[in-house]
Amino acid sequence: MTTQHTIDYALHLADNALVLGHRNSEWTGHGPILEQDIALSNIALDLIGQARYFYQYAARLMNAAARPGEPEVTEDVLAYLRDSWDFRNCLLVEQANGDWGKTILRQFFFSAYQYYFYKELQRSRDGELSAIAEKALKEVTYHLRWSSEWVIRLGDGTEESHSRMRKALDELWMYTGELFQPADYERSLIPVGVAVDLAEIRPLWEERVREVLKEAKLVHPGSMRADGKATKEWMQGGGKQGRHTEQLGYLLAEMQFLQRAYPACEW
Amino acid sequence: MDEVKTIWSLLETVNDPEVPVLSVVDLGIIRDVRMAGGHPEIVLTPTYSGCPAMDMIRMQIRMVLLEHGFTDTRLTTVLSPAWTTDWMSEKGKEKLVAYGIAPPLPVQTVCHPALFQREEAIACPRCHSYHTTLISEFGSTACKALYRCEDCHEPFDYFKCH
Repeated sequence: MTTQHTIDYALHLADNALVLGHRNSEWTGHGPILEQDIALSNIALDLIGQARYFYQYAARLMNAAARPGEPEVTEDVLAYLRDSWDFRNCLLVEQANGDWGKTILRQFFFSAYQYYFYKELQRSRDGELSAIAEKALKEVTYHLRWSSEWVIRLGDGTEESHSRMRKALDELWMYTGELFQPADYERSLIPVGVAVDLAEIRPLWEERVREVLKEAKLVHPGSMRADGKATKEWMQGGGKQGRHTEQLGYLLAEMQFLQRAYPACEW
Repeated sequence: MDEVKTIWSLLETVNDPEVPVLSVVDLGIIRDVRMAGGHPEIVLTPTYSGCPAMDMIRMQIRMVLLEHGFTDTRLTTVLSPAWTTDWMSEKGKEKLVAYGIAPPLPVQTVCHPALFQREEAIACPRCHSYHTTLISEFGSTACKALYRCEDCHEPFDYFKCH
């Protein structure tokens, strides 16, 4: 069963990167200014590249475990021919872009998560996963700094940009809890040293978020109660198990259209 | 052994399609060259995970070796240790400056996520002034940042530390 769990885990990591990469690529040609359009497109490219490595690894494991006569699985099959309920990405990454502020905040939440996550995954006993993490961490370091600085720039910017960031925070905060809720396949891979223990990276993520939101003059949603006590917040979940918001269906409809309409079509 | 030497010199002629003054050897992405059963095996590592030039580079390597009688080249990709700009050759850095791209600094200062962390002064590849400003950390390709020279007023690419 461990192989199946590793396949699920690799797909989860691949889907996270692909779905956010695709969302970011929707900005290509539509960014607020040329340089930032290019920046987000670069980030999209990094994420899609990371997704490819995880998909290639999952495909190798699936083919090795396949029964004779079963069709070969490839990275393209995994990206283009699975449906919404097969995708194991977190709900955060599939949320629609909204305005630039919401896109930035989504990127910041996810980059902060990915940064500490890959740092730990580098130590995975699975040599493939640790190698991908080592490579990806360098890229995510740039993503995290870039998105942090933009959250500050917009949060502590004009009245308009500040209010948009507050709205983005209201809309996205409920999707951040899932990042630290392990799915069954993760839970079984933690004791064997393959998967990252999410409880360990959570405080690091929280500290970074607190620091950046404070710098951005944004009220931390977790500290909104007047009596100062931590609130027990209700968080969305289910993406890691294949239960998605309707947003993902629209994304897949566009991303997978060509392969669905013209199966096995190539450039 | 002679064959391995020949292959290395052939690889010197394969250029990065996005930075055409650099060969794949200058870039430092060729990690090993060996012969196995009469066929070449080349181990390479990508600069960035999503670098779109990698597929083209692989094809060009195959083509150039085929033209020189090496068949069935095996190309193996390794991710660890991860590519770093430290592996770029000195010759490569000189070629970059001549081409108008500032080469990566020898000391890496931006490889951690501290807020508003910036590189030490980057010299303008045209007038060599250090009076330069970062426009964007993400430039025309994943491996470059965009700068502006405040003395000669030209924008330029900086091959960023990685």
